[in-house]
Amino acid sequence: MPTFIRTLLANLPHIALLALALILPAIIKNQYHLQVVIFIGIYAILVLSLNLLNGYVGLLSIGHAAFYGIGAYASAKLMMEAGLNFPLAMSGAGLISAGFGYLLAKPTLKLSGIYLTLATLGFNMILFLVLQSWMRFTNGPLGIMSIPAPSVFGWEITEKVDYYYLILFLVVMTLFSMQRLLKCRFGRALLAIREDQLAAEAMGVHAARYKTQAFVLAAFYAGIAGSFYAHFVKFISPDSFYINESFILLAMLALGGQGNLIGPVVGAAILILVPEIFRSLQEYRMIVYGSVLVIMMLVRRQGLLGGKAYSLRLSYFDKKKEKEYIRGDKFLPEEQG
Amino acid sequence: MPTWEAAVLEISHIDTFYGPIQALKDVSLTVNEGEIVSLLGGNACGKSTTMKAILGLVKPRNGHITFNGRRIDHRPPSVVVKAGISPVLEARRLFPYLTVLENLRMGAYTRRDKNGIRQDIERMYDLFPIVKDRRCQVASTLSGGEQQMVAMARALMARPKLLIMDEPSMGLSPLFVEKVFDIIEQVNQKEGVAILLVEQNANMALSIASRGYVLQTGEIVLKDTARNLLNNPLMQKAYLGVA
Repeated sequence: MPTFIRTLLANLPHIALLALALILPAIIKNQYHLQVVIFIGIYAILVLSLNLLNGYVGLLSIGHAAFYGIGAYASAKLMMEAGLNFPLAMSGAGLISAGFGYLLAKPTLKLSGIYLTLATLGFNMILFLVLQSWMRFTNGPLGIMSIPAPSVFGWEITEKVDYYYLILFLVVMTLFSMQRLLKCRFGRALLAIREDQLAAEAMGVHAARYKTQAFVLAAFYAGIAGSFYAHFVKFISPDSFYINESFILLAMLALGGQGNLIGPVVGAAILILVPEIFRSLQEYRMIVYGSVLVIMMLVRRQGLLGGKAYSLRLSYFDKKKEKEYIRGDKFLPEEQG
Repeated sequence: MPTWEAAVLEISHIDTFYGPIQALKDVSLTVNEGEIVSLLGGNACGKSTTMKAILGLVKPRNGHITFNGRRIDHRPPSVVVKAGISPVLEARRLFPYLTVLENLRMGAYTRRDKNGIRQDIERMYDLFPIVKDRRCQVASTLSGGEQQMVAMARALMARPKLLIMDEPSMGLSPLFVEKVFDIIEQVNQKEGVAILLVEQNANMALSIASRGYVLQTGEIVLKDTARNLLNNPLMQKAYLGVA
């Protein structure tokens, strides 16, 4: 079989999924339903970025919505006041968010375990207060209104369908870049730090540097998601980036499973869809939502898809000859040969 | 001690502190090229602190450590490892959820030569057949002795000039301890790598070492050739269990 066809066959699931995603707007005619799908996209990026920290390096961050908020405000400000076009504003939002990630990571990564976690929580709360009280810059609790619609190189994004394709592009780029990143030395270093930091350092891994890099990257992706959110909803206020938003992200990650790239997307999809489905039972919505989590913690603590490396293998890029063995849970059956 | 032999590692007069408590007092130690040196002592005498000081995990307050003529104290562990010191940590410290093969790959983390790494993996398989059998298994499913083999193979993957081993006999059955020491000797001879053996099991350690140091509450109290130490009445009484 020619390699081209073999590569094609090996990537068939990805191609099929992507094709389905591409024709989805033709299937979902309802604009409201499409909007729900767009939100799944935003949260998929957010949870994937949180997964870099919680799932790959093993840093428990519980204030991730801060970076989401920084991205949203930065993007709105850059476009409305600095007059940048949308692609620049979005990249700028990512970079500014990454910058804040660096500022937070540099001093706090010396802390370990629960102290680092508390520092991320504190950062989220400080950010919320700043957004809330810095009237002149952020317009306080009133938020920023009528954020302009994005346009990318002449493509005016006005309809829901346009937004859908933009977020699809962003999600695919996020998945692709993360997959590439985690496959190389960087990814192996992160895994080693998560498994045993002392041992990783004994192998010559500069743990502090990699942790900082992971933090900066996670902040960058969250900033991009924030930017999209700002221009999609067109109105942002501090309430959208409060700590409960961080906890929703954590819940999605816990449900989907961390340490791989599929779990976060599945977690985001379920926890966006379930409350939507139960919208008719408005008052009971949170009960369903909460009990999903409680049941997960009791029955399957690693999340639906956690504990396994569902390798998002892109055979075209991973030209590895030798067979790769997946990292699994402890009870992985022994493979002979 | 013949001074014309090339010293790989030279620790001279280091003092280390944990807060106000002094852990090492004026410790000096040398390891020459290709030799096995054991560092002996009971619990809490500073053996592990010495190892941490070499790796850069603990900074000595006074004195200095040189490796191949280069100062390595006050350098981060990543630099020390890159320079050619590879540790086998106490209690092995494998990456529990990575496979044996992935553990070996992590050992070669500082290296960039893909072909060399692949060859070295094969070499480790020859040296430790059990590692080959277990290569697809997650490290935490291995027995203690097997983990020790993997830990050694992983450390050798960095192609070190000096291997420092912290308590390789810990938690192993007496039978396996003997096997592990056999292999340490083999590794030393086949790979020509110098080994600093930090051990409590003085008998075993001295049986394969050429020289030994004895630490007591942070101070070197004895240093001699392995044979002399084995026959030293003080040693016999305190560490070797000879009546």
